[in-house]
Amino acid sequence: MMTFYFGRLVEMFPFFLSGLWMTTKVAFISLIVCTLIGFVLGMLRANDTFFFKHLIGVYVALARGTPFVVQIFIVFFIFPEWGLQLEPFPAALLAMAIMGSAFICEIVAGGIASIPKGQWEAAASSGLTKVQQLRFVIIPQALKVILPPLVGQYVLLIKDTSVVSVIGVMDLTRVGWVTVMRIPEGLMVFALVGLLYFAISYPLILLSNYLERKMAR
Amino acid sequence: MLANFNFMVIFEYLPLFLSGLKSTFLISLVTLVLALITGIIACSMRISGIKTLQYPAIAYIEIMRSTPLLIQIYFLYFGLPSLGIVVPEIQTGIIALMLNSGAYIAEILRAGIKSVDQGQIEAGLSSGLNYVQRMRFIILPQALGVTVPPLLGQAIVMVKDTALLSLISVAELTRSGQTMTSERFMPAEAFLTVAFFYMCIYFCLKYLADWSQRKLIFREVY
Repeated sequence: MMTFYFGRLVEMFPFFLSGLWMTTKVAFISLIVCTLIGFVLGMLRANDTFFFKHLIGVYVALARGTPFVVQIFIVFFIFPEWGLQLEPFPAALLAMAIMGSAFICEIVAGGIASIPKGQWEAAASSGLTKVQQLRFVIIPQALKVILPPLVGQYVLLIKDTSVVSVIGVMDLTRVGWVTVMRIPEGLMVFALVGLLYFAISYPLILLSNYLERKMAR
Repeated sequence: MLANFNFMVIFEYLPLFLSGLKSTFLISLVTLVLALITGIIACSMRISGIKTLQYPAIAYIEIMRSTPLLIQIYFLYFGLPSLGIVVPEIQTGIIALMLNSGAYIAEILRAGIKSVDQGQIEAGLSSGLNYVQRMRFIILPQALGVTVPPLLGQAIVMVKDTALLSLISVAELTRSGQTMTSERFMPAEAFLTVAFFYMCIYFCLKYLADWSQRKLIFREVY
């Protein structure tokens, strides 16, 4: 019986690959968007302007304090009531962007805060504008602090894409869920799904560990 | 935007939300205790220096950290029955959460132990303390304080992770939101209330974590 199901599973492998492709697409697009928004918000947050600091603080608390499933339900079920009807795929990207950029914002703000005040002052007295100070003095140094946790966060975000399957995005998790309805071998199906996720995230975990060792020196 | 937000329905469903909140709380508490035990065992195996213990621990930690929690939950939920083991959903969920959090806690504990200065261990060695004594009197007292803030951080993550159990129909907080949505189709009321309750838990834990962090910095200065 086991070998029979194994054969069926091999037959369905292209289906799994299409799920993997969808997961990669969701992860790749949302990681880029999250990084861009996260860096902008993080730089604004590290700024001492009261308005930005607290407004972004509230956003970060909301995004970090609620589970991602609940956020996805809010984006997918509540936004339509407010007149924003989204297909599952863009809704998934939007939810990922909202959640991920909050986490990356915190990492970036933490990295910038770790740079001593003297660096800002030195940059300011060299006649650099605020943007130039950030671009040429602060960020290059802060990147050393930011990079290892950032890659670690990427791994967490890639794993979080599995949750977008609940609104019907045909990603790897959804493929496993659909398959298990036809092939009642849960262990085998989800071991395969897990293996594919492992193949994406483990290299990134190794990269994060490597960066941490390298930056610590 | 929220012109027709219906508070009456929320009050009507309040008992459902509160029972959901209660089970989220209980699940988190039980899982936290179990995950701590798992984490301590995995961490001790990982740092034991004995290869037959070390490699399984490394494999366990790396597999847990590089696959999504949802896959682990589904693996047990769909997998255990095919092995002929039938357990209630809530237990399946707690086991999955325990294994997942345990791996992260093992890494937090290991980082704490590694943070103890090598000189301290050498000092212990030259005082003639054996391995157990060094652990008990030198390493653990210094390492455990450092691990408290990240452990509370992991507790925050874990409470949010319990929301995934709603997908295998465990009756917890998120599930009560789903139940209300399917009965009344008022997702705004349902999920914003759910989010509100999660925020309450988050702020309590966050306050604790920040407090423990401040205490630690104070001790270092002292």
